[in-house]
Amino acid sequence: MSALQRSTAKRDAGIDRVSRLLTLPSLAIIFVFGILPLVIMLVYSFLKPAAYGGVEWEFSTEAYVSFFFTQDIFDETLTFNPDYLSIYLRSFVFAVGTMIACLLLGFPTAYFIATRPAHQRQWWLLLVTIPFWSNLLIRTVAIMLIIRDEGLVNHWLINLGVIDRPIVMLYTNFAIVLGLFYSFFPFMVLPLYTSLEKLDFRLVEAGFDLYATRGRVLRRIIIPLAKPGIVAGCLLVFIPALGAYVTPLILGGGTHLMIGDLIAQQFGSSRNWPLGAAQALILMSGVLVALFFYARNTAGKGVGHGR
Amino acid sequence: MAGRGTDVRRQPGFGLIAGLCLTILYAPILVLVIFAFNANSIVSIWTGVSLDWFAKALDNEGFHQAATNTMIVSITATIIATMAATAAALGTTRVRSWRGQSAAYMTISLPLMVPEIITAVATLSFFALVASVFGINLGLGNLIVAHTVFCIPFAYMPIRARLEDMDLTLDHAAADLYATPWMTFRRVTLPLLAPGIVSGAALAFIVSFDDFTISQLVAGPGQQTLPVFIWSMTRRPMTPELNAMCAILLGISILFISFSALIGQRRR
Amino acid sequence: MSSVVAKAGLEIRNVGKLFTQPGKGDFRALDDVSLFIKPNEFFTLLGPSGCGKTTLLRMIAGFEYPTEGEIRLNGDEISDLPPYQRPINTVFQNYALFPHLTVDQNIAFGLEMLRRPKGEIDKTVDEMLRLVKMTEMRGRKTSQISGGQQQRVALARALAPHPKVLLLDEPLSALDLKLRKEMQIELKRLQHETGITFVFVTHDQEEALTMSDRIAVMSAGKVLQVGSPRDIYDHPANRFVANFIGETNFLTGTVLSAAPGRADIKLGTGAVIAAGVPDGMTPAGEVTVVVRPEHAVITDPETAAVKGTVDTVVYFGTDTHYHLKLDSGAPFTVRQQNRRGREVHLAAGQPVGIDIPGGVAQVLRD
Repeated sequence: MSALQRSTAKRDAGIDRVSRLLTLPSLAIIFVFGILPLVIMLVYSFLKPAAYGGVEWEFSTEAYVSFFFTQDIFDETLTFNPDYLSIYLRSFVFAVGTMIACLLLGFPTAYFIATRPAHQRQWWLLLVTIPFWSNLLIRTVAIMLIIRDEGLVNHWLINLGVIDRPIVMLYTNFAIVLGLFYSFFPFMVLPLYTSLEKLDFRLVEAGFDLYATRGRVLRRIIIPLAKPGIVAGCLLVFIPALGAYVTPLILGGGTHLMIGDLIAQQFGSSRNWPLGAAQALILMSGVLVALFFYARNTAGKGVGHGR
Repeated sequence: MAGRGTDVRRQPGFGLIAGLCLTILYAPILVLVIFAFNANSIVSIWTGVSLDWFAKALDNEGFHQAATNTMIVSITATIIATMAATAAALGTTRVRSWRGQSAAYMTISLPLMVPEIITAVATLSFFALVASVFGINLGLGNLIVAHTVFCIPFAYMPIRARLEDMDLTLDHAAADLYATPWMTFRRVTLPLLAPGIVSGAALAFIVSFDDFTISQLVAGPGQQTLPVFIWSMTRRPMTPELNAMCAILLGISILFISFSALIGQRRR
Repeated sequence: MSSVVAKAGLEIRNVGKLFTQPGKGDFRALDDVSLFIKPNEFFTLLGPSGCGKTTLLRMIAGFEYPTEGEIRLNGDEISDLPPYQRPINTVFQNYALFPHLTVDQNIAFGLEMLRRPKGEIDKTVDEMLRLVKMTEMRGRKTSQISGGQQQRVALARALAPHPKVLLLDEPLSALDLKLRKEMQIELKRLQHETGITFVFVTHDQEEALTMSDRIAVMSAGKVLQVGSPRDIYDHPANRFVANFIGETNFLTGTVLSAAPGRADIKLGTGAVIAAGVPDGMTPAGEVTVVVRPEHAVITDPETAAVKGTVDTVVYFGTDTHYHLKLDSGAPFTVRQQNRRGREVHLAAGQPVGIDIPGGVAQVLRD
C-alpha cells in the first residue's frame, strides 16, 4: 500500500521536476542577458563617466543630479535645468497624443474588420498584420522619402501649382507625430480586433430591442465590452511610443529629440554612460507605472498580449 | 435596402475611417517600392520602369556583408530561441501549476515589456563590462545573444497558444495505447505542436531580421546588419538603390509574416 | 506478489480516492469501493455526474491512482502500473482520435507501440476496419468523418491491441438519439464477437438497463447496489436506486407479518398489500414500499383496496401516465399501455381505484 503510493507519487514528482527543468534554458538566457544587463545599468548610473565612453568605478550621484541641474564650472552651484525634463515631457505628450489618435482611428478600423463576413476577415486582418510585423526602420524611411523637401508630396504640390516652394515637413514635430502614429497604429488595431471579434452581437440586438440608438449601443454596450482590448492596445502603443528611437532619429533629424535618442546620444557622441543609464532607468520607471496601471485594470483577467 | 436598416453591426462612417487608415498605412510603402523600379536616379521623379537599381543593390559590397551578418545572426538566434521557447512552453503548460510558474512566465515575457532602447543600452553596457573584466568579445556572438533574448518571447507565444489549444486527452489516449511518455511526445505531442513551433520560429526570425535599435547600438565595426546598413545609406545622397534595398527587405519580411499567418489559420 | 489465489477478472478491492485540494479542504471521490468484474462481462457503472464512476474508470485505465485499496487484473496488482503498461484500452468520451493521423493510422497506433510485426498490424487493422464497417473510410483524416464514424474508429482503435478489458467512458453521449440506439446494439454485438470484458460508464439508466450483463449503481463515491438489470429494476436496494432507475411510487406502511422474502404491509389508507423483501432483511414497524407505475392497474373505485382521485393525465403515444392523488394525500403514478379498443377515459377529479398485484411491491432497506 504505502509502497504503491510512494512509487506513484515519486513518478509524478519526477515528471513535474522534468517539466520545470524545461523552462531553465529560456529563463537562464533571459536572466543573464536580459535582466542582468538592467542591473548593470542600475550600477552604472551611480558611477562616473570615463573620458572615452564607459565608466569609472567611483560612486557618484552626479548622473541623477545633472538630470535636473546644471553645475557651474567655477563655483559648483547648482541651477535647475529643465532641458532633459522638457524632452521627457515632450515624449510623454507625443506618446499620449499618439495613443489617443491611434485609439480614435483604430477603434473604427478594428470594428470594421471584425464585422466583415468571416471569410473576408482574415484578409483584412492580414492587411494590419503585415505592417505590424514589418520593418519599422523601413516603414519610417518610406515616410521620410515622401515628406522630405524633394519628396513626392512636395513634388506634386509644386507641379500642381498649389505652392511654389516646398513645405518643410521633415525634421518637425509634425513629422515625428505622423511617424509615431504610422508606426504604432497596427499595435492598437490588433488587440482591439481580438476583443471585438469575440463580441456577442446578440447583445447588440438586445440593446436595439431595448430602444437604444446606434450611438448608444456603441457607447453603452460595444465599448465597455471591448475594454480589455482598448486597455491592451493603449499600453502597446504608449510604451513603445514613449521610448521611441527610430522615429525621432529619422524624422526628427537630431534636432527634435525624444527620450529614446537622448539616451542613445549619451552612449554615443556625448560619451556619458552614467547619465544615459540614469535616463534609461527614469524611462523604465515610467514604463513600470504604465504596466502597474495595466495590471490593476486587468487583474484576474490574464495578461493579454497584442497578438 | 432592407438589410441596411436592420444590420445591427453597422456603424456609420467606420468603413470610411478604416479605408483611410489602411491607405495611410500602405501608401508610403507602396511609393517606396514603386520608385525602386524607377529608371531615374532622382527618387521622386518617375521616368520609366527599370530593374537597374535592384541589380545595383544586389551588387553592393556593403549590402552583401550586411546580408551575411544578418543571416548568421537571425538564423542562429531563431534556432536557439525556438528550441528554448519550445522547451519553456512544454514546461509551463499542461503541468500541475508549480510555485514560481507565474514568475517564470513573467520573466519570459519581460523582453516584450522593456522599451527597445533600454534593452539596447543595457546590452551594450553588459558587453562592455564583459569585455573589460574578462577580456571576452564574441564579435557577432554578442549580436546573436542579444537577438536570442528578445526572440524567445516571440517564439514562445504561438507555441504556448498551440499547446493550450491541444487536447490533453490525446496524450492520455496515446498512453492508453501503450505509448511510453517519450513515444507519446514524439508521435503525438510533437507532430501536433509542429505548426506552433514553425509559426513561432517564423516570428522569431522576422523580429530578429527586422531589428534595428538593438543591432545598431550593440554591433561593433564590420558587424552591420541589413537594417543598420540601410540606415547608414539614408545619411548619404539618396538614389533608388535605397528603395530597392528596402523593397528586398520588405519582401522577405512579408513572406515570413504571410507564412506564419497562414500556418496560424490552418489550425482552425 | 499476493496471497490471493489468482482468479480471472478485474477486481476492485476497497478502493478509495481522496483529493487534497489546498485551501478547499479534502474531497472524497471514492469511498471503499469493491467490485468484481468477470471475464467477458458487459459491466456498467451507473450514476449521476460526480458520483465517482469516471474516477473509478480512470483508475482502472491508469490515469488516476487510488489513495487506498488495490486493483487486480487476473490476480495481478495493476494499480501502480502506468497506463501504457496495462492491457486495458479506453474509448474516450470525446473519442480523442489523433487529428494528424488517418483512420487506419489511428487504429494501428497501439499495435505499433507494442512493436508488433508489420504484417500482423496490417492484418489486424483490416480486420478491425471490417468489424466496425469502416473499410471504405480507412484513408480519411479523422476530421473528415462523421461523429458516428469517429465513434466506430475509436472503438476499433481500442479493440485492435486485443485488450483484456475495454473501458468505455460515456461513449454514446455525443450522438443523437437514433444513432445512439444503433450504437447500443452495435456495442453489444462487438462485445459478443470479441469476447472482451467491457466496463461501461454512463449516467443514462435506460442505456445501462438495455446493454449490461450487470450494473453497479453509484452515488457520492459509493457503490449502492450491484446486480443484473432485472434485479436492480425489480428489487432496488434503497430509495436512491429505486428513484434513479425508472419512475417509482413510494408508499409508507406498517409491517403486519413478515416471512423470508415477503411481508404483508398495511398502508396508511388501511389497505393491505403483499410485498417482496430484500435478502437477509426482516422488516418491522414503519417501512417504505416501492411500486413501479406500470405494475399498478386502475380499477373500479368501489371494489379496490387503495383509492384515489385523478390529478392529471399525460398521453405518451405508446402509453398514458395517470398522476393520481391517494386518499392519504400521497401522489401515485400509474402507467398503462394504450391498446386499440381498450382506451380508458379518465378526467381530472374522477375517483379511481388502484390494484397492486401481489409481489410487485418491494420493501426498501432504508
